[in-house]
Amino acid sequence: MTATLQDLAIEVRSKNAGPFWVTMELFMRDEAGYAVVADEAFINERLIEQLYDVPAADVRIFRIPSLNVVKISYPRPVPQGGLRDRDIHAGQHHVPLAVLAVPEDNC
Amino acid sequence: MNDDSVRILVPAGMIGAGFSQETVDRGLALGADVIAVDGGSTDSGPHYLGSGMPKTTAAAVSRDLRILLRAAAQAGIPLIVGSCGTSGADSGVDWVADLTAAILAEEGLDLTVATIYSEQDPGYLKRRLAEGAVHPLPPLGPLTEETIDGCARVVGMMGHEPIEAALRAGADVVLAGRATDTAVAAALPLMRGMPPGPTWHAAKIVECGGQCTTNPRAGGVFAVVDRTGFTIEPLDPEAACTPTSVAAHMLYETADPYRMREPAGTLDVSNATYRAIDHRVVRVEGSVFEPAEQHTVKLEGARVTGYETMSFTAIRDPHILANIEQWAALLGKVLVDRVGQTLGLTEGEYDFDIRLYGHNAILGDLDPATHPAREVGVMLLVHAADQTTATAVAKIANPLMLHLPTPDMPYLPSLAFATSPAETERGPVYEFVLNHVVDSQTPTSMFRTTIRKGGLR
Repeated sequence: MTATLQDLAIEVRSKNAGPFWVTMELFMRDEAGYAVVADEAFINERLIEQLYDVPAADVRIFRIPSLNVVKISYPRPVPQGGLRDRDIHAGQHHVPLAVLAVPEDNC
Repeated sequence: MNDDSVRILVPAGMIGAGFSQETVDRGLALGADVIAVDGGSTDSGPHYLGSGMPKTTAAAVSRDLRILLRAAAQAGIPLIVGSCGTSGADSGVDWVADLTAAILAEEGLDLTVATIYSEQDPGYLKRRLAEGAVHPLPPLGPLTEETIDGCARVVGMMGHEPIEAALRAGADVVLAGRATDTAVAAALPLMRGMPPGPTWHAAKIVECGGQCTTNPRAGGVFAVVDRTGFTIEPLDPEAACTPTSVAAHMLYETADPYRMREPAGTLDVSNATYRAIDHRVVRVEGSVFEPAEQHTVKLEGARVTGYETMSFTAIRDPHILANIEQWAALLGKVLVDRVGQTLGLTEGEYDFDIRLYGHNAILGDLDPATHPAREVGVMLLVHAADQTTATAVAKIANPLMLHLPTPDMPYLPSLAFATSPAETERGPVYEFVLNHVVDSQTPTSMFRTTIRKGGLR
């Protein structure tokens, strides 16, 4: 089995940050795991655009080595509670990020 | 009480969530100067602001309130509840005020209760808009008069100032309408002259109760704000705060983990330090508060978008499951045809969403998984301008959700409705339409306070 980001993490989570933003965090187990997800050649605004179909220009990424955390925020693509909103708290949107395979050269 | 520190007891992340009597007793034993608790959030969606109805049930709020009112009276310290009734609508403040008055009467407690209302008059907002005093926050654009008029309800998010004013006026209990999550905990320390950097940072860390501890379900935290920083510990003796658990809470439900805007300015924790005092108490220093040039009040507004009716059936047949997306596409197509034939409605006059729970309902096209489901729940959500139309469309779908085959099936299957009737009317549905701030004329001028002995309205 290929290792995924969640295998290297304590927790990967997503949540609303107010009604108009979604925010996600990768809490990595250690510095090695952090180094994988903090690599700007791997997790960057374009990757989030591909995974979540949101404009890369609207994506904000925070790399926080003191906590081994990478945090990603983007405007909510569908209005909260609207007809097309299938995740009112945006609490399950971490999964496409969490199941990403760890890049080969880090295995 | 002393002049060098202020001790804040936060029993839970939200009133009505429940906490133990021991949690509160421990906070009082540690010398609490104030009990602060949040009563709401936008997190559960626009329904609560739009309808003015609370998410919590009266029995749960009363149960928590009774413990807190007794504790406040016993210790002679104020109790502050923010965003009453989930949205902080005036009806939510009145609801919590009525529950409070009943408890004070039953318990024979002689406390002075302030209610602070935060609903905004559309006329006032349009005047301020015309004066150029309303500004959008990303990702929204400029506000229009039509948007203000379209709102079922608008609240302004108060800072600490109206709460502090109520405390100065002699309130023992402050029941606030929409307030920032942090304002309830920040009001008393700021009133007692504690520095704003540590105060606002402490207030942010305690706002979700036990979320900043190693056992988020244990509830209850206790913060001591002083001249140079703050310390924080869980009220559950078994739980711990660690530098990581405390620092990580700045990430929770924030778009930006370093800077957080309050009405009076911006908290900046970029240079904050987190140090373990022992195995369960953390010391935080270095937080800075930058006063804003212009005090602002953030608006929240919800409008009715229409009415919804929901229907739900379920599928176990392996052949349909193997072709579930084809089946769902056929359901949508036949439904549109039948609604046109029978109700004479075209697609712009109603809308619907078919959600395949167990297949891809949550993430849709974003879902990375491809394996087949054991069973699939099919939710049909119909949206229309009125309830009658929404329900009529859902009823047209009923025989399809019972018997629709895949195109290659030579017989009609019978699918598994979850309930009878299959349709549930959801009533009016709402959306948030405001993400704007108003330049405040004074920090308290958009809020209305009444103060009464015994809390009777």
